[in-house]
Amino acid sequence: MPDSNLLIDATDLARRFGPTQAVAGVSIHVRAGEIYGLVGSDGAGKTTTIRLLCGALQPDAGTVTICGWDVQKQTEEARSQLGYLSQRFSLYEDLTVLENIRFFAEVRGMRSGEWLPRCMAILEFVGLASFKDRRAGQLSGGMKQKLGLASALVTRPRVLLLDEPTTGVDPVTRQDFWQLLISLVSTPLLPEAAQPASPGGRAAEAAGSVAVLLSTPYMDEAARCGRVGFMRRGRIIAEGTPSELRGMLKDRILELSGAPIKLLRRLAQADQAVEDVRAFGDRLHLRIREGAAPGVMERLPSEIRGGGGRSDRLRSIPPQLEDVFIYLSEQSYE
Amino acid sequence: MILRLGSIIRKEFIQILRDRRTLAIILVIPIMQLILLGYAATTDIKNVPLGVWDQSRSPQSRALLDAFRSANYFTIAYDVRSLDDVRDLIEGGRVRGVLIIPPDYALHLAQDDAQVSLILDGSDATAGSTALSAAQLIGQAYATSVSADQGALLGRSAALKPPVDVRTQVWYNPDLVSAYFMIPGVIGMILYAIASILTATTIVRERERGTIEQLIVTPIRSWELVVGKILPYVIVSFLDTFEVLIIGHWWFGIPIRGDLGLILITSGLLLLSSLGIGLLASTIANTQQEAYLTVWLTLLPSIFLSGFFFPLEAMPPVLQAVAYAIPLRYYLIIIRALLIKGVGLAAIQNEVSALTIFGVVIMGLAAVRFRKRLD
Repeated sequence: MPDSNLLIDATDLARRFGPTQAVAGVSIHVRAGEIYGLVGSDGAGKTTTIRLLCGALQPDAGTVTICGWDVQKQTEEARSQLGYLSQRFSLYEDLTVLENIRFFAEVRGMRSGEWLPRCMAILEFVGLASFKDRRAGQLSGGMKQKLGLASALVTRPRVLLLDEPTTGVDPVTRQDFWQLLISLVSTPLLPEAAQPASPGGRAAEAAGSVAVLLSTPYMDEAARCGRVGFMRRGRIIAEGTPSELRGMLKDRILELSGAPIKLLRRLAQADQAVEDVRAFGDRLHLRIREGAAPGVMERLPSEIRGGGGRSDRLRSIPPQLEDVFIYLSEQSYE
Repeated sequence: MILRLGSIIRKEFIQILRDRRTLAIILVIPIMQLILLGYAATTDIKNVPLGVWDQSRSPQSRALLDAFRSANYFTIAYDVRSLDDVRDLIEGGRVRGVLIIPPDYALHLAQDDAQVSLILDGSDATAGSTALSAAQLIGQAYATSVSADQGALLGRSAALKPPVDVRTQVWYNPDLVSAYFMIPGVIGMILYAIASILTATTIVRERERGTIEQLIVTPIRSWELVVGKILPYVIVSFLDTFEVLIIGHWWFGIPIRGDLGLILITSGLLLLSSLGIGLLASTIANTQQEAYLTVWLTLLPSIFLSGFFFPLEAMPPVLQAVAYAIPLRYYLIIIRALLIKGVGLAAIQNEVSALTIFGVVIMGLAAVRFRKRLD
């Protein structure tokens, strides 16, 4: 094994559904202690990629190894290292919280002596201990996701694959969920007992033993990942740390405020150097061609005055991941 | 592996106990079928209204009428005086038949060649033929041959047919109770229908509710999933079999003459086919609804062509040939023979072999098609 820290190693994955090439040559490498975020619009191929990674789908081409085990050939070994949370709640609604966890602990090979303390520890960890006898179908959306995470974690997998784990979950629960993830990758082993996770620990720096790959539609969540892969039409078209990705649009985002906003928008859109105009609250974000910032900043205010409007402020701002997301989504497909 | 299997089985049982619909199928349907088919679908006759034209008016003829009365099959409702009376009563539906005792009955009885005539309303063929055999049985007890004319409503004259002394002897089920025919069939129906429907829906349910996604990424192998999910329904099916056997035996008086072990083994062989059908349906269907309909699509012709309601011998040759492809057909022959006749393995070995072959082939096909995958 060349690199024992490379827990997810996928090369040139491809998968077609009828005429649709859902995944077209995706390579992803995630190391221990890393949280990797997969972003992209709906239908970009995120879910298919994750299903290929966990072996729920067969790839048409490419290979996946999990902790060094080939998912296609050494399926059972690979899966014993794998925790997977699907986009849709996929536990048994007619079983209780504890029964669900027990079931998944046992089918993953946990002996009867060890599952109960282990299950309770996990339930404490995700904050569901007091709901252990409630039927899963009667949990709220956030609690269901936590239960899903708990049953994925119960056998201490080294690789976690999470497909949009926080979609439809309220902000407070999302926050909890992220604290759980961060403490998971930053501690060498899963905590045995409940431990409120300390906030802020950056995942990539800590030498944890767990690798997490998740997909998310939320840019603020992408910003918390150690590395982000941007998917479009079945390919990863950009990959890097959030700051590297933001660097793609360095000096290319201008913030414009003034009145009337309609006039500002029209004039900005008319400018040759402006690629995109979007409203952010009462301001406009302009994406401009590379190196065009000085020119735009010089001529746009006078044009606005000439048109009878008022420009209060026009300045260069650091790009957000959202800007990068929109920029990448609009790139023509080559 | 054993642990994994055990936890799947345990999980399935919890789900069965919590799902009202499944529980209803398991507990209520067998009893409902028993009652419906044991009572309502009966072809037995009792208290058939009968007219009597006693031209003999002798102690001997009265003794014959007493025999008819005491057998409970017939109620002597009218005293008939003429052929016109006969027609009126039958056409008016007030009697199902008229028994005519000739004037010289007593004389012939002494010479041992007495005949009486029974005119039957043939418009209900089933009731008519049952009444005829009942009358023949009663008549035999009196060394009297009953000749019948079933054409009363077809306009034929009620002339006496030439006397045919038919000596019928019924074995195993001398009272010709139709429950003897129906209740072994109910066992076959339950093993066949309930097992295949429940198997198909329980597997499709994992797909429909998305839980299969979580199962896929566990180390569970396909066959463990199948066996673990099916085994509880095998147990349930056998419990249902016992339920029907016990109620059939104690309530309907069905004999259990054959070897109980043989009954269980052959029932297991039928289960192989029905579980296989359910499993096959689950590989085709995406929702429980689809699975249910797919199974019923195969069940309905099976039930009608298996000889469950209608005797195989009465079917046209083409349908009889089709029936050879239906596993339930063989089982019904086996279970009826085992329960009612108490035969040994030798008498049913062809059917047992056929059932085994069907079970293995269907199960094999299902196993090949079943994959623990999303695509």
